[in-house]
Amino acid sequence: MAIDKRVQSAADGIGPVKDGAVVMVSGFGGAGFANILQDTLLEIGPRDITLVANSATHPFSHTHKLVEAGLVAKVIVTAARGRGSDLSPFELLWRDGKIELECVPQGSFSERIRAGGAGIPAFFTPAGYGTDLCAGKEVREFNGRPHVLETAITGDLALIRGDCGDRYGNVSFRFTQMNFGHAMATACAHTVVEVREALDEAMPQEEVQLPGVYVNSVVAVGGEP
Amino acid sequence: MSVLSRNQMAWRAAQDLPDGGVVNLGLGMPVLVSNYMPADRDIFLQSENGILGVGPEAEDGYEDRNLVDAGSRRITLRAGASIVDSASSFAMIRGGHIDVTILGAFEVAVNGDLANWDSRVPDKGPLVGGAMDLAAGAKSTWTLMQYNTRDGAPRLRHACSLPLTAPGCVKRVYTDIAVVEVRVGGFVATEIIPTISAEDLRARTGAPIAIAGDCRPLVAPMIEG
Repeated sequence: MAIDKRVQSAADGIGPVKDGAVVMVSGFGGAGFANILQDTLLEIGPRDITLVANSATHPFSHTHKLVEAGLVAKVIVTAARGRGSDLSPFELLWRDGKIELECVPQGSFSERIRAGGAGIPAFFTPAGYGTDLCAGKEVREFNGRPHVLETAITGDLALIRGDCGDRYGNVSFRFTQMNFGHAMATACAHTVVEVREALDEAMPQEEVQLPGVYVNSVVAVGGEP
Repeated sequence: MSVLSRNQMAWRAAQDLPDGGVVNLGLGMPVLVSNYMPADRDIFLQSENGILGVGPEAEDGYEDRNLVDAGSRRITLRAGASIVDSASSFAMIRGGHIDVTILGAFEVAVNGDLANWDSRVPDKGPLVGGAMDLAAGAKSTWTLMQYNTRDGAPRLRHACSLPLTAPGCVKRVYTDIAVVEVRVGGFVATEIIPTISAEDLRARTGAPIAIAGDCRPLVAPMIEG
């Protein structure tokens, strides 16, 4: 039977999500936030999820809705500071000890996810050595320089935003929309991509940026390019 | 001539960027450096979200919300630009492919330690982004900052009082009153504004500072704003 990973709705694409799931969400600086998929996850309403995203507080990403609704037990992020002096929904919960925070240097964050998708359980890097964020991590010297051991991150569900997708699950991105989407898709057991347009036929091979092998479902959500 | 403005500080740092170099500018004041790139040098600006070849900010009506830099500014691309995903972008940063990164800073220690990511504001969440990766991975790390805090405390110190970004990484410091190199023996002022004496500079520094034998006046052209 011919492969067709296109689905009619975001809910069809995501399917059931168990409590305690590790959910990765793409997006950086307003580009590539999978907001329609996040809204759908909010409706599905799994509890105690671990959210893996660049920021816990970006105003353009609907991650703050998931946090505010109390679905999130832990975040793994590179940024968790709301804008201005007022406390964001995340910061309020964090201050009260109601949500766990793992803050990671962004290069280690993206590499841990990439490693997770590439079958590499851990790696050493000099980034973060000697800082509070890497306190307690195993240290080894290579070429006379201390490195810290960072472990891979894998997930149950990746929610990604792309530009175009096709029936085979191939995805293209627009400019910086790609950001964490590629690595997250490789690192999760189930990956859903919301795209502006789902093509009936295969997209030109030279335009594929995320191969379909990493994608379980593609849902067309329209919108501006 | 009085102290340098933020734009003049950015101009001064820009004059030292290497022709043909790849440069990453941190958030805040360092981004201003992009406005003063010497016209006779061909320099590629890298942005941690995957861009090699950041161009000027997009004009009104020509923005693309999927084309943003690390500061969420809607930007354009220069000729020869390319875009990769975050994991590849940080491989570029951590793999030693960035010639210079210019970062904002709270404090720099006499051994080159950098503190620039956590000013310990109560209840506000942390935001590390790519600072630790850049400081650990770029060939040269320069900082751009006011010489003293608003309260007059020295930012150049024996040791950082705030949480470290990376140990021993800062090579040069551009400020409103002096340009300072961080050498094996400690701080060395290479340029000082004409209205400040070496005595004044020492009084405003939290560690011993030598005056270079060829120390020159720190001057910048008049810049609006």
